[in-house]
Amino acid sequence: MADFFADPQVLRFLQEAPFAIWETVYATLIATALSYVIGLPLGVVLVAGENGRILKVPGPLMTALNVAVNLLRSVPFLILMVIVIPLSRLLLGTSVGTPASIVPLVAAAAPFVARIVESSLRELDAGVVEAAQAMGCSPWQIITKVMLSECRPSLINGLTTATITILSYGAMAGAIGAGGLGSMALMKGYQRQMTVMLWGSVILLVLLVQLIQSIGTALSVKTDRRINPTESRRRKRK
Amino acid sequence: MAEPIIQLKHLTKRFGGGENEVRALEDVSIEVRAGEIFGVIGLSGAGKSTLVRCINLLERPTAGEVIVDGRDMLRLTEKELRRARQSIGMIFQSFNLLMQRTALDNICFPLELAGTPRREAVRRAGELLELVDLAGRAGAYPAQLSGGQKQRVAIARTLATNPRVLLCDEATSALDPKTTRDILRLIQDINKRLGITVVVITHEMKVIEEICARVAILDHGHLAETGTVEEIFASPSSEAGRRLVYPDGVPEEVLSSAAGQDRVIRVAFNGGTSYQPLIATLAIDCGVKANILGADTRNIDGRAFGTMLLGLPREGAGKAMAYIRAQKDITVEEVPDYHG
Repeated sequence: MADFFADPQVLRFLQEAPFAIWETVYATLIATALSYVIGLPLGVVLVAGENGRILKVPGPLMTALNVAVNLLRSVPFLILMVIVIPLSRLLLGTSVGTPASIVPLVAAAAPFVARIVESSLRELDAGVVEAAQAMGCSPWQIITKVMLSECRPSLINGLTTATITILSYGAMAGAIGAGGLGSMALMKGYQRQMTVMLWGSVILLVLLVQLIQSIGTALSVKTDRRINPTESRRRKRK
Repeated sequence: MAEPIIQLKHLTKRFGGGENEVRALEDVSIEVRAGEIFGVIGLSGAGKSTLVRCINLLERPTAGEVIVDGRDMLRLTEKELRRARQSIGMIFQSFNLLMQRTALDNICFPLELAGTPRREAVRRAGELLELVDLAGRAGAYPAQLSGGQKQRVAIARTLATNPRVLLCDEATSALDPKTTRDILRLIQDINKRLGITVVVITHEMKVIEEICARVAILDHGHLAETGTVEEIFASPSSEAGRRLVYPDGVPEEVLSSAAGQDRVIRVAFNGGTSYQPLIATLAIDCGVKANILGADTRNIDGRAFGTMLLGLPREGAGKAMAYIRAQKDITVEEVPDYHG
């Protein structure tokens, strides 16, 4: 046991792992947040604008949005990373390093998020939207008070899936000079044949994914009043 | 006669276009009087749901006029329309409650939209829960409520903004007979106590007879007939009306069994306080043996409605008809075409 910790590779792994975890976590969180800033409204428009049901979006614009989302989604991430290098340079002045990796991550994840949000919102019964319209709901109220809040559990599940996908994209970005656990596994573990580095970072990635999934699922179930309808505390208030 | 609160004039609604065009409504004109419970009945696909959605403009008619409470609905701006909709309540077959909100918060929802302060909204929602007999379930989520309770919450929700009109789109079609009756009683109660005009859309004749005063029959997008429930039950004048009053096609059977009878008459009960032993008294008082060829009678609020087809022997038929004519709340007519 003592021999194991005396191994220089193990020592180096233990030294470098915390910073790699931090890099992975912050790149994932920032990329996920930015992807939702773009993807969430896009997903809402894809559902609410369909046939002018809730939002009056011109038909050609809807078609354009759908095509744009499909285009971005059809480019494999590995290739997209290379394609957006000029964009990263333009926005951040560099195309290497963890911050620069956020640009391709968002470019790939935002359209993915839009589709995930779209499919969550489509689960909502059209009758509920109709009832809200019959009550005099404005389009904005339907989106915020009906669609988003009724679909909250499904949206949380989507957020979990999106975060995990972005985490794995982020690991891939290790190939183009992003930091974090992916680069640890690829650059040090694989290319320099440091077995401990490779498997150690893989294990950490697996643990991170497990953690995110568990938190996401628990949150979604706990807040879903269809399957977990504990009577609200407000009842007592008079 | 009370003045109309809802006027639908020459309403036409078509979906799609070209070859796929669906004509959901064709030149339908209906007036609903303030304070009444008005029924619209028809088989599925008759256009009832489209008709009711044209009242609050969830569907915009292709042609025609919609006037609700003095407002020409089709001329309103988006914003005015949303305001107008707050005074037109609507309940649905599938309840359409917000599943992530408690019963109380569902009722607060329309008040929230109207900008009512939270405290006041909660107070009003509490009152409404009491009105629909669900005072103890304020904190329950829809998933914890039965179908009937969900519909009660939906009714309370729609009453929150003090509507003048309540539209019920197959509101009891997903409920069992007992719960259906309870919900209909509640709707009737609301109509009487709060003076809210109610439009009931249904495919079930029993819903119409339970609570409606007047009824319109829709058939393939056309208005087949309209009148008081008594009139339509006593003698439906349209083909669609007859199909609804005799769902099992009684006249068909009558046709074959009428062979050999000398005269066939239709006797209509128009709401006498109870059924009289008409057949028995005919035999005793007139010595005429009547043959019941078909009957469809119902008891509405303890009063008899419906029709009976009687076969009478040629001799004594005139006497029997005169005898029946003399009865209170019963009308009689000869049905010559049943011989052929």
